[in-house]
Amino acid sequence: MTTPTLANDDLTALATGQPSQPGTGHRRVRSSSVFRPAALLQALPAALAKLNPRSMIRTPVMFVVLVGAVLCTVLTITDYSLFALLATIWLWLTVLFANVADAVAEGRGKAQAASLRAGRDTLTARKLDAAGAETACPAGELRIGDLVVCEAGDVIPGDGDVVEGVASVDESAITGESAPVVRESGGDRSAVTGGTRVLSDRIVVKVTTAPGQSFVDRMIALVEGSARQKTPNEIALNILLAALTIVFLLVVLAVQPMADYSGSPQSLVVLVCLLVCLIPTTIGALVSCIGVAGMDRLVQRNVLAMSGRAVEAAGDVSTLLLDKTGTITYGNRQAARLVPAPEVSADELRDAALLSSLADETPEGRSLVDLCAEQGADLARADRLADSGSVVEFSARTRMSGVDLPADAHRPTAVRKGAVGAVAGWLDEQQITVPTELLAAADEISAAGSTPLLVAEAGDGPHGRTGRALGVVELKDVVKPGIAERFSELRAMGIRTVMVTGDSQLTARSIAREAGVDDYLAEATPEDKLAYITREQQDGRIVAMTGDGTNDAPALAQADVGVAMNTGTAAAKEAGNMVDLDSSPTKLIDIVEIGKQLLITRGALTTFSLANDIAKYFAILPAMFASVYPGLQKLNIMQLSSPQSAILSAVIFNAVVIVGLIPLALKGVSYRPSSAGALLARNLLIYGVGGVVVPFVGIKLIDLLVSLIPGIG
Amino acid sequence: MTPALAAAGQILLLVLALVLVHRPLGDYIARMLGTRAGQKPDWRVERFLYRLLRIDPRADQKWSTYLTSVLAFSVVSIGLLWLILSAQRVLPYSLGLPGMSPDQGLNTAVSFVTNTNWQSYGGESTLGYFSQAAGLTVQNFLSSAVGIAVFAALVRGFIRKATGRLGNFWVDLTRLTLRLLLPLAVIGAVVLLAGGVIQNLNDPVTVQTLDGGTQTIPGGLVVSQEVIKELGTNGGGFFNANSAHPFENPNAFTNLVEIFLLLVIPFSLPRTFGTMVGNHRQGNVIVAVMGVLWALSLGAVLWAETAHNGVAMQAAGAAMEGKEVRFGIPGSSLFAVSTTLTSTGAVDSMHSSYSGLGGGVLLLNMLLGEIAPGGTGSGMYGMLILAIITVFVGGLMVGRTPTYLGKQIGAVQMKYAAGYLLVTPALVLLGSGIALLIPGTTDTLANPGPHGLSEILYATGSAANNNGSAFAGLSANTPMWNLLLAGCMFAGRFAGIALVLGLAGSLARQGSKPDDAGTLPTGKPLFAGMLFGVVILVAALTYLPALALGPVAEGLS
Repeated sequence: MTTPTLANDDLTALATGQPSQPGTGHRRVRSSSVFRPAALLQALPAALAKLNPRSMIRTPVMFVVLVGAVLCTVLTITDYSLFALLATIWLWLTVLFANVADAVAEGRGKAQAASLRAGRDTLTARKLDAAGAETACPAGELRIGDLVVCEAGDVIPGDGDVVEGVASVDESAITGESAPVVRESGGDRSAVTGGTRVLSDRIVVKVTTAPGQSFVDRMIALVEGSARQKTPNEIALNILLAALTIVFLLVVLAVQPMADYSGSPQSLVVLVCLLVCLIPTTIGALVSCIGVAGMDRLVQRNVLAMSGRAVEAAGDVSTLLLDKTGTITYGNRQAARLVPAPEVSADELRDAALLSSLADETPEGRSLVDLCAEQGADLARADRLADSGSVVEFSARTRMSGVDLPADAHRPTAVRKGAVGAVAGWLDEQQITVPTELLAAADEISAAGSTPLLVAEAGDGPHGRTGRALGVVELKDVVKPGIAERFSELRAMGIRTVMVTGDSQLTARSIAREAGVDDYLAEATPEDKLAYITREQQDGRIVAMTGDGTNDAPALAQADVGVAMNTGTAAAKEAGNMVDLDSSPTKLIDIVEIGKQLLITRGALTTFSLANDIAKYFAILPAMFASVYPGLQKLNIMQLSSPQSAILSAVIFNAVVIVGLIPLALKGVSYRPSSAGALLARNLLIYGVGGVVVPFVGIKLIDLLVSLIPGIG
Repeated sequence: MTPALAAAGQILLLVLALVLVHRPLGDYIARMLGTRAGQKPDWRVERFLYRLLRIDPRADQKWSTYLTSVLAFSVVSIGLLWLILSAQRVLPYSLGLPGMSPDQGLNTAVSFVTNTNWQSYGGESTLGYFSQAAGLTVQNFLSSAVGIAVFAALVRGFIRKATGRLGNFWVDLTRLTLRLLLPLAVIGAVVLLAGGVIQNLNDPVTVQTLDGGTQTIPGGLVVSQEVIKELGTNGGGFFNANSAHPFENPNAFTNLVEIFLLLVIPFSLPRTFGTMVGNHRQGNVIVAVMGVLWALSLGAVLWAETAHNGVAMQAAGAAMEGKEVRFGIPGSSLFAVSTTLTSTGAVDSMHSSYSGLGGGVLLLNMLLGEIAPGGTGSGMYGMLILAIITVFVGGLMVGRTPTYLGKQIGAVQMKYAAGYLLVTPALVLLGSGIALLIPGTTDTLANPGPHGLSEILYATGSAANNNGSAFAGLSANTPMWNLLLAGCMFAGRFAGIALVLGLAGSLARQGSKPDDAGTLPTGKPLFAGMLFGVVILVAALTYLPALALGPVAEGLS
């Protein structure tokens, strides 16, 4: 089996829905790494530092809790009671837990950033001046347009394009992929990234980004969370949360005069507890953690998003432009079928095809060898035979390959395989014509969008030079298995897939039909792509695409989500809003899922947070007012042991649930591609109904413990 | 006929009539609001009015202009009405009654212009025929039309693309009054007249009763006000007793007709909505949520009122205190539920006399935000705001930036929708809180304890939600209550309208996104269920503490 390993990985990924990286988990949207409880402790110092009111004000919900905690601290000091003390402690813990959530998310990014940053600061570049002389220059002082030399063992000092030479480069520092890649001047493989190491040869690199703006710098800023700006949906959600906070503030403000009127004025500590339990602290505490973690999950997948906005847009994608090659089909055509000529046996054709391809090192040639072997050809015999003769290698001029064998009366002395026209010409030189049936078969294959190859032999028979056409081979663009199912899954998610290819209409249509894409763009020029994207956008659709060449840049810039391949040119990377470090064409589908998962996590936790309030009311209201209106004791359906323990239990539940949900916020809620209706039903059931039920159980359990405290229960 | 059978018969008849009428009426309104003025279908009288008032009917207004028009029209209306009420003595058919005091006049003017119709006065003892007919009845028509116009502007926000123009307020107002409210009012008036509601200009007559006492038999242009009182979900009665008065609502038949009238437009507007957005399922979802809320509320009140709690109730077989014997429990409950779930506020029974929980449900009905089906127009825009909140949370849960009817619900839309959500809770909660903090408020309450708190909550809830029904028991004609509630009514109506129009403008400026399998399906039962949940959750979370200290405490004691 000679299929390249990478394609094999992609194949598995597509068929099973797993990402194509080695050593990954088994869920489609995989948690970046296992969440360790110890991470909570490690995040504690950072969480304490975040208690600064100036940083707290950025999440208004938690700021309200902070103010409440301060207020209760003062009240506990001026008017001590055990209840007030415990309530105050738990209010502070609520604030702290929210900060821990943030710190944990950011901490993971920081660890990644630290490894990226290691060793970069002291880098010295070998700068070329105008005269071509080499001078040493700190990497931090390079300017755009400077030329630097890198030889084997050197670390490339900054992002740039190779302008001279070719070299193999180890990019594992960025991509985690240990296999070196080739970078050469000109073409679409000229971009190099600062921080990667040249393994062989010498290249001259023209610096394309200023220090501090390079790829790695941006990556560090992003994973650290420092460059994170709130995304549109996050802003809208914060508005809703702020409005709800105000509503509950009003509720609590109005409660006191009413309680006063009813003859049971409440202590300020109780009112603060009521407020903190009601305002959406759960989602308020986790909302920024969810955002950071979403970005982090992308980075774990080796995708670098230039902004959180792009990640969110990925969830909204409704049209996916996919390159045919590498995504929908394997990169190259493969032999799929042998059609023998009349009066030629299938075995004869098979053996001749094998013989003529042994020396053909092109992927097509190798696929033909595989096909023949599959059909039972004797590889060892063919090898021996070929060794005895001389190999005619494939060339672009002759467009055929084959073997010339020593003269032997029992078998032909020349076997050829190649483009129909070329081989027919070769036969024609020997006054042999190709049977019309065979030509018709070749035409049929062409009509279906595949490529026919002609196999023929010639030899010196007893009556002079003889020969015949043996049959045709169908070379087919093989669609990856499982891809059609994947596309129908995407369709169920409301995403149209569009195949982009440079192939002719005919070929494109046949592959499009086989792969089950919704539309295709044949003979696509970069202008066509741009026009297609613009048209889709005018209809209100959100478009995602991948690209690597400089000529993809306009389309990448126009698309709502433009994923540039890391192997692509600097122009392409600059134009897109994400870079895929693995340069895997199927990554786009993963990116869409991560974007969706991010939004779903936010929505699910908002629902959960709001649904929680019902149980809290059932805990706190009877506790506050059953003393004046004993009838309200009927609302104490959890049978909490005392008013104080009821209120404390609600506050404790409210704080603990934040910590409990940190792992979920970090890894995102589980997501299976399905229609919006099915997703909604599922998430409403888990987070809506669950959000109503869980706190009833939780508060009751906490109450059982709290009631053991002397003076509370 | 047993009471249960009578109840079932009335409800069945009512629902059947609504089901039959809502489609043609809804489509008729959609056609009226969907065609632009200045084209063929303008009526002659409309063209005359546009010329007379120098209105350019072809002008397409931005949201800010539309809002300015609404506000200007309403403020001028308040001024005029205040003038009429204050200067009543010199006006014809005043029956010799003096003008209203400034604070009560303002309260009444704001009340009728905001479609609230809170009455801190007794109709027959305070107002002459001119004030009632030329002042109040006129505003009953206009304030109702204003509500539907704002709803129309919001729907246009959804269906228009990349414009920001919402139509013409003056055209909407004119058409809704002339083509919808007037014709329906005429039909309704004929039916009510036939049922025995009065319409005359006779002075009150004092007569000797059989047992030797004296009684004043009033006259008045009652039918003309009565019909639009219900049809426009206004609720301001000609008489102090409102629809409990035999001249306003003589019998079970007129009672049912009045309930039908107050529900018919609000229950038809979801159809209008569906027709205008070109997708009837969207309207069906809304009407389903409204219908279920109405049915549940009715069930709860019927249960609470027929449950035999206490000696008096057991003796009467049901909670008959404060209810007219000619309507009984079903007729009264049906009316009470419908009037508090729309923004009508007319009453045919004393809501204060309902059982603790029954009264609590009526209070909760208003606190839901008047959306099931709500006032004419206002019920729909209130429900659509809640639908937007639902779409936002639901949309996130399906992994898409939320869109509703092709429009993205982003930060700007959220600002308007969340703002709208804040208006009434702020008014009700702060209003109640302030009222309780002002010394002397408790003196205006007829009852101590939780029932007194219910009276306060009911008053602010009724005003802020533009309902206008009273719990009774509260002596509302004090400068404090007059001014506080006038403020609540004005802010509740126009802050809401401003936010709705701002939202409509921001929606109309957007292009439209086509729905696909990844879009939250807003025309399906699942969405209706979620919307129902959000409606209940929002109201419950906001008002549970207040309700616990009022009706719940009373009901569970």
